[in-house]
Amino acid sequence: MSQLLHLGTSFVPSSSTALRRNPTSSPAIHISGNKRTTIQAKIREIFMPALSSTMTEGKIVSWVKSEGDKLSKGESVVVVESDKADMDVETFYDGYLAAIMVEEGGVAAVGSAIALLAETEDEIAEARSKANTSPSSSSPSPAAAAAPEKAVGAPEKAAPVKAAATVTVAKMASSAHPASEGGKRIVASPYAKKLAKELNVDLGNVIGSGPMGRIVAKDVEAAAAAGVSVAAEDPKPSPSSAPVKVPASTGIELGTVVPFTTMQGAVSRNMVDSLTVPTFRVGYTISTDALDALYKKIKSKGVTMTALLAKATALALVKHPVVNSSCRDGKSFTYNSSINIAVAVAIDGGLITPVLQDADKVDIYSLSRKWKELVDKARAKQLQPHEYNTGTFTLSNLGMFGVDRFDAILPPGTGAIMAVGASEPTVVATKDGRIGMKNQMQVNVTADHRVIYGADLASFLQTLAKIIEDPKDLTF
Amino acid sequence: MHSSLSLSFSSSTAIPRSGHSSELSCAAPPSPLNLRFCGLRREALGFSSPKRNDSCRVIVSSRGRSKKVSASVSDNGSAPKAFDYDLVIIGAGVGGHGAALHAVEKGLKTAIIEGDVVGGTCVNRGCVPSKALLAVSGRMRELQSEHHLKALGLQVSAAGYDRQGVADHANNLASKIRNNLTNSMKALGVDILTGVGTILGPQKVKYGKVGFSENVITAKNIIIATGSVPFVPKGIEVDGKTVITSDHALKLESVPDWIAIVGSGYIGLEFSDVYTALGSEVTFIEALDQLMPGFDPEIGKLAQRVLINPRKIDYHTGVFASKITPAKDGKPVRIELIDAKTKEPKDALEVDAALIATGRAPFTNGLGLENISVVTQRGFIPVDERMRVIDADGNLVPHLYCIGDANGKMMLAHAASAQGISVVEQVTGKDHVLNHLSIPAACFTHPEISMVGLTEPQAREKAEKEGFEVSVAKTSFKANTKALAENEGEGLAKLIYRPDNGEILGVHIFGLHAADLIHEASNAIALGTRIQDIKFAVHAHPTLSEVLDELFKSAKVHAHVPSPVGEPVTV
Repeated sequence: MSQLLHLGTSFVPSSSTALRRNPTSSPAIHISGNKRTTIQAKIREIFMPALSSTMTEGKIVSWVKSEGDKLSKGESVVVVESDKADMDVETFYDGYLAAIMVEEGGVAAVGSAIALLAETEDEIAEARSKANTSPSSSSPSPAAAAAPEKAVGAPEKAAPVKAAATVTVAKMASSAHPASEGGKRIVASPYAKKLAKELNVDLGNVIGSGPMGRIVAKDVEAAAAAGVSVAAEDPKPSPSSAPVKVPASTGIELGTVVPFTTMQGAVSRNMVDSLTVPTFRVGYTISTDALDALYKKIKSKGVTMTALLAKATALALVKHPVVNSSCRDGKSFTYNSSINIAVAVAIDGGLITPVLQDADKVDIYSLSRKWKELVDKARAKQLQPHEYNTGTFTLSNLGMFGVDRFDAILPPGTGAIMAVGASEPTVVATKDGRIGMKNQMQVNVTADHRVIYGADLASFLQTLAKIIEDPKDLTF
Repeated sequence: MHSSLSLSFSSSTAIPRSGHSSELSCAAPPSPLNLRFCGLRREALGFSSPKRNDSCRVIVSSRGRSKKVSASVSDNGSAPKAFDYDLVIIGAGVGGHGAALHAVEKGLKTAIIEGDVVGGTCVNRGCVPSKALLAVSGRMRELQSEHHLKALGLQVSAAGYDRQGVADHANNLASKIRNNLTNSMKALGVDILTGVGTILGPQKVKYGKVGFSENVITAKNIIIATGSVPFVPKGIEVDGKTVITSDHALKLESVPDWIAIVGSGYIGLEFSDVYTALGSEVTFIEALDQLMPGFDPEIGKLAQRVLINPRKIDYHTGVFASKITPAKDGKPVRIELIDAKTKEPKDALEVDAALIATGRAPFTNGLGLENISVVTQRGFIPVDERMRVIDADGNLVPHLYCIGDANGKMMLAHAASAQGISVVEQVTGKDHVLNHLSIPAACFTHPEISMVGLTEPQAREKAEKEGFEVSVAKTSFKANTKALAENEGEGLAKLIYRPDNGEILGVHIFGLHAADLIHEASNAIALGTRIQDIKFAVHAHPTLSEVLDELFKSAKVHAHVPSPVGEPVTV
């Protein structure tokens, strides 16, 4: 760490230092000049130096100087961590640190630009715009992909999403914590605060589920997952009974590596987390002629298919509370007091699960209105946290694409999710020996086997089939 | 006169042996001569037979000698005096224990007075049980670090722990070490006297349990080694359950979800290591502007990057906890923060528990210091560099010494022990001044932090004053083969030295097993070894100790001729 190095075209070794204790690295001069002859004379790039012969990438430990600071020859600018040691990197030119392109904690490949140095103050702005427009390095940086949120180029891409996320996560009186003084103060655990910073979640909009309404890590994660999905632009109006849309495929630059948005990162994490849950699947084929007939009849009253399916599922869950339970700690059943049906909705670049609360108790007309309201809110990015993170059972429907069967991944924290395929006319043999035509749909439930066993799901599905095939209870 | 005497008659008054009278303690068949002699002395001496049966040479032949014995026991004021003990130590902590052992080795008749449990803070409520907890936290960290394990090719399923099991480990360790300490003193013949020791006057101490009769003993020399207790600033209400000190925390009666630690010194740091490994989230409250005051700034910065930032820890610096109320009636622990400089209210926290780690206060109450007109300074007993107690008028109190936390010179268990040994050297006729700059200190986080001597700012200040040059050498654990084999390359060793003569001013290590590595440097400082000499010492390869080898070798000393070890270097 004592060694001082000079780097790149703009940085050469200083006479005072030598990598004495680091025999593998000949006094590490990173020579990269010829590649970068196009760089304008007055604005110089600061490159990630090669601090040892084995170093391929370096991590920025800290910026000794900040943007706009005047630098004079020989001053330390940045501390870089290599595979061997931390070293101060100093400049060989006078000038101004115009733009930092790799933030503290970020990783950059050896030879990629980590900052721009302007010779005069006037050139700072120019240098900054350069930093924002041009790819930071002439060689594609693998490190940029490795540390997306920090790496070169990522900030400007991520920025709109961040901004949107903070703005659009629904405004809520933050928590019921006694120390919150009516929402003025935010009470969040240290890790929750750290995560919020990392995931760009505004804690003011997160509801705490910890002791006394304190915001804990999982609240932030949930908010990050939900918030950004709402924030994603252009949520196409979802058909009421089939609220799924393919993300727009335009605007993708082929051959590039695009870092996850914050929300995609959260989804990714959730998906990996789901691997810790031992799930199994049970499928069932249900005739929908009666349900279709009912839907036709009450459609004019604003009833949607989503509401009908949610209602049917909720009524079945009343009889099978274990399917509405979840396993929080690996040791116990958590029987939920209410039946809240979450329905997965894909929106551009995101996924959100608006929740129909107490779907078993609310009548089908109110439920349909509620669903319409939720979809409107999702579109307007106004969903409040309790409207997307309180589901106890999830429905996912890909039927509108003609998908006849699929299986869903169980969202962590819940016990079961049901994948609903398209209802299609099918030739069936009936018990009385005839052949007939029936509309049939396949459903497939994924459940956490720690709490929900095969027989539980089987009998739940039997109940559900009965309700759907004889749907008079759905309308009371 | 080589005949033996028997002193097998007993009397009601027990006279403890003095240095002279013990020479009388022989047993042999009675002879008329001896009987007569003893008969003469009997009333005067009130002699009870010592229980030793070993025969020895009797040297009470001369009358003068007998007179001396009689004089000392009848306490008629004539010199020289005889004492119950050569050395009495008040407080059987690590400091007292170290002094007692060395005193026995030097042939002193020694007693140690303990009002609580043998072992003191370190063994019962400090270093020892905390090491048990840290051993657990270190392993938990390893098992939880998927990335680390994966790099080693290991697969471990989810690690868990049983709180009571962990707590028992700490408790069992403390009692084991306590027994070891007690037995080692008993085996050597140190008298362990139970009760609170109070100084009655020069060379006189009383002890006894509250409500029981008190015993008064005399001693040629007295060492105060009463130690310290956790310091709790005013405004903080400690209930032992949700607002706790290290005393309670070491029992590990609970692992709160969120604990605030007031003070980010080594006690706070170690507990943050334990609590975060066991799943708690931690908030540090530090009155100074930066965390880890007292550590070398560079080491502190690196330590913060490794021990604080990536963990579930946040912090408030530059604030005092002006008021802390324990959890009650379903309400959480409430902490009010004020700005350390302006005293303006700044913030309030509500957490599940608070650990007060704001340092330790000397425990000197009830010592009877007023009887010898000694006035404490902020509770500490003033001493000179030889641990001799200084009274209110600035004079030395003869035959009275104070070691360890009670004098506040360096509040470390091993420093107390070293001070005790130094005192014993002095009272046995060899002048000795302890070099506190050679005493190492360690913080047992994962990885560990250790240091000896001056920090870089201290060294530079001293250099400025005394007009010499200071250089700094550093090596990284990333360059050490053993550290890389362990996949623990995070770490730094730093040497602060005088390039003109090669004197080591300070060494600071942050990294794997730093606490064990520091001793090469502390021994070099203690023995006056210069860099130009120690750099030729050989280290086994590959070992972590090579970090220090590298460090010494990377230092640039201008001294041309290596000087023999221990000799002053001519500049």
